[in-house]
Amino acid sequence: MTLKPISLERLSAVVWKEFIQLRRDRLTFAMMIGIPLIQLTLFGFAINSDPKHLPTALYSNDHSAFTRSLIKSLENSGYFVLTETPATEAEAQRLLALGEVQFVLSIPVDFTRRLLRGEHPSVLLEADATDPVAIGNAVMALNELTKSALRYDLKGSLGYLNSSPAPFELRVHKRYNPEGVTQYNIVPGLMGVVLTMTMMMMTGLAITREHERGTMENLLATPLRPLEVMLGKILPYVAIGYVQVAVILLMAWLVFDVPIIGSLLLLLACVLVFIVANLVVGITFSSIARNQTQAMQMSFFFFLPSILLSGFMFPFRGMPVWAQTLGELLPLTHFLRMVRGIMLKGNGVGETLPHLWPLLLFIAIVMIIGLKRYRRTLD
Amino acid sequence: MCLTMPVQNKNVIEVEKLSKSFAGKRVVNELSMTVARGEIFGFLGPNGSGKTTSIRMLCGLLTPDSGRGSCLGYDILTESGEIKQHVGYMTQRFSFYEELSIRENLEFIARIYQMPDRRRLVDATIERLGLGHRQQQLAGSLSGGWKQRMALAACMLHQPKLLLLDEPTAGVDPKARRDFWDEIHRLTATGITVLVSTHYMDEAERCHRLAYLAYGAILAQGTPDELLAASGITTWTVEGQDLFELTEALRKAPAVEQVVPFGGALHISGTDAGRLAHSLAPFFEQPRWRWQPSKPSLEDVFIHLMNHGQDNYS
Ligand SMILES: Nc1ncnc2c1ncn2[C@@H]1O[C@H](COP(=O)(O)OP(=O)(O)OP(=O)(O)O)[C@@H](O)[C@H]1O
Ligand SMILES: [Mg+2]
Repeated sequence: MTLKPISLERLSAVVWKEFIQLRRDRLTFAMMIGIPLIQLTLFGFAINSDPKHLPTALYSNDHSAFTRSLIKSLENSGYFVLTETPATEAEAQRLLALGEVQFVLSIPVDFTRRLLRGEHPSVLLEADATDPVAIGNAVMALNELTKSALRYDLKGSLGYLNSSPAPFELRVHKRYNPEGVTQYNIVPGLMGVVLTMTMMMMTGLAITREHERGTMENLLATPLRPLEVMLGKILPYVAIGYVQVAVILLMAWLVFDVPIIGSLLLLLACVLVFIVANLVVGITFSSIARNQTQAMQMSFFFFLPSILLSGFMFPFRGMPVWAQTLGELLPLTHFLRMVRGIMLKGNGVGETLPHLWPLLLFIAIVMIIGLKRYRRTLD
Repeated sequence: MCLTMPVQNKNVIEVEKLSKSFAGKRVVNELSMTVARGEIFGFLGPNGSGKTTSIRMLCGLLTPDSGRGSCLGYDILTESGEIKQHVGYMTQRFSFYEELSIRENLEFIARIYQMPDRRRLVDATIERLGLGHRQQQLAGSLSGGWKQRMALAACMLHQPKLLLLDEPTAGVDPKARRDFWDEIHRLTATGITVLVSTHYMDEAERCHRLAYLAYGAILAQGTPDELLAASGITTWTVEGQDLFELTEALRKAPAVEQVVPFGGALHISGTDAGRLAHSLAPFFEQPRWRWQPSKPSLEDVFIHLMNHGQDNYS
């Protein structure tokens, strides 16, 4: 008698059983749908909100009608509130470092004099850009101000100063995080993060749970092969993963107006590969871990670098080389590039493939490790 | 290419010097035994004596550290895949899915073994075990005894040639237990072999052959009658009043090894018949007690073995 490595009938038996278990486990089921909804709502609205009344420190040694107008119009824009007037440069810097203020506006001593001479003096706005989203709109509003702030002061004989270029220049200096992350970046990224988290967590528990409940003894005593058990536990979650993706894409489209410029079909195909990659990681952790706690710890161990080093949290190019190298090993990194490319740049198959094959390779390697580590006995 | 056909051997299980240690502690120690086709072989022994571990090695769930053996003609070390096709293993701990109903559990098993005509088979199994009115109930909500009965039904579903049953009737009521044993005897008549571990003496008596395990080694082996004969135990039964007082007195008497109350009687046994009779003589004369020589029970034999097994070990 020859033993085939895999039987579709046995595989379908495992899939069927997993579906029933999943259906009866209401809490898990609710979580699978709830997590993307909650995450997207939290993250999504935080991104889209347009924070105003940001605390601003004014460091000025020039007190003239012009500077007063400038400050007045800053406050009128709604984005800035003068909360501090530090006496020294150093104190202004300290306020920014502590996060007491979001901005420091520095007006040089000879601002008025040079303005009147038509020398187009500059004003420096230093921004705490650790959260770039928070300052984006404020900075944009400022650029408008340079043209209009002094419109009423520069009249009559000074009217010539009103002509372009603007009578003074505004230099914006973003501190702490020179690269900005745009909001569109985050919704596709969130899809990757949600999938990584839920897919890996659910399958991470799949095999250890059988061990802990004692049902593994029974499974091992049957002719089921390791590949059938592992695939059987993965497949139901592909469906769940797609439900999550549908929720996220619908919300991205309806609520956040994130465009999908490229092909939706291509996007869904890439999503499939990414879902499988995460499921394979989970199931492999599950076959290595001794119990559910260990499996959870491994999942977190994988999840954290995924968030930090994939380019979701920080711009990938801003990271040191070693971090980039680590990042290249993570599925989320490649997924983000693919998805941002397809959704925002309208990339096609040609531009997507270079990011797809690393994922396929990743799946193959991790699956082999999982199969090798799958415990065929109770030893 | 290695195509091994199961030899139509008389022996379904043949193992030689199987050993297994956990964390340096020897749990099964050079276990050798044979079980013939159509036999009901009973596995007895105190808790922790290695019964479950031995059974797991037979069906490939544990790898022995040393020794060799075959099951249904397949090598237990290299051909566990084939063994699993033809063996029905009932675990000591309930290991079916609590969140699946009885019917779903059975159907899952039937699908895994790729049984033809699955529906009818599951129907018939449910019917035969009298689980008909409970088939939609979730397995987790069954009482302990019903769980056992379901597990038993499931491990026989694929019509295995060898049943390895680890305490299959623990917690099962007497009527269901009798039905179970009738079923076992009916199955063995058709050539199926059964290896069953149990702590129940009445079940031990219903086995064709028994092995008594202690500290991972077989201390005694044979038919129930052979074991009784080999033990060399003499037993007396006494009835009457003030039995508790008598128990205390007898336990101090020399050559008395066991004093066990059985309802309104006491069983007194020992291995040295002459000295035992001598010790009991003073009590024979008392009119409030009626003495009778009796046949030792298997329980007497096993308790005797258990006491001596411990001596051997330490
Ligand atoms: N997986 C394991 N890891 C470590 N020790 C184990 C393991 N399985 C069994 N043991 C030890 O092996 C010994 C024998 O256990 P086993 O379950 O075979 O006994 P048993 O005869 O079936 O007992 P019982 O009548 O209580 O079911 C015990 O001391 C137990 O602690
Ligand atoms: Mg046991």
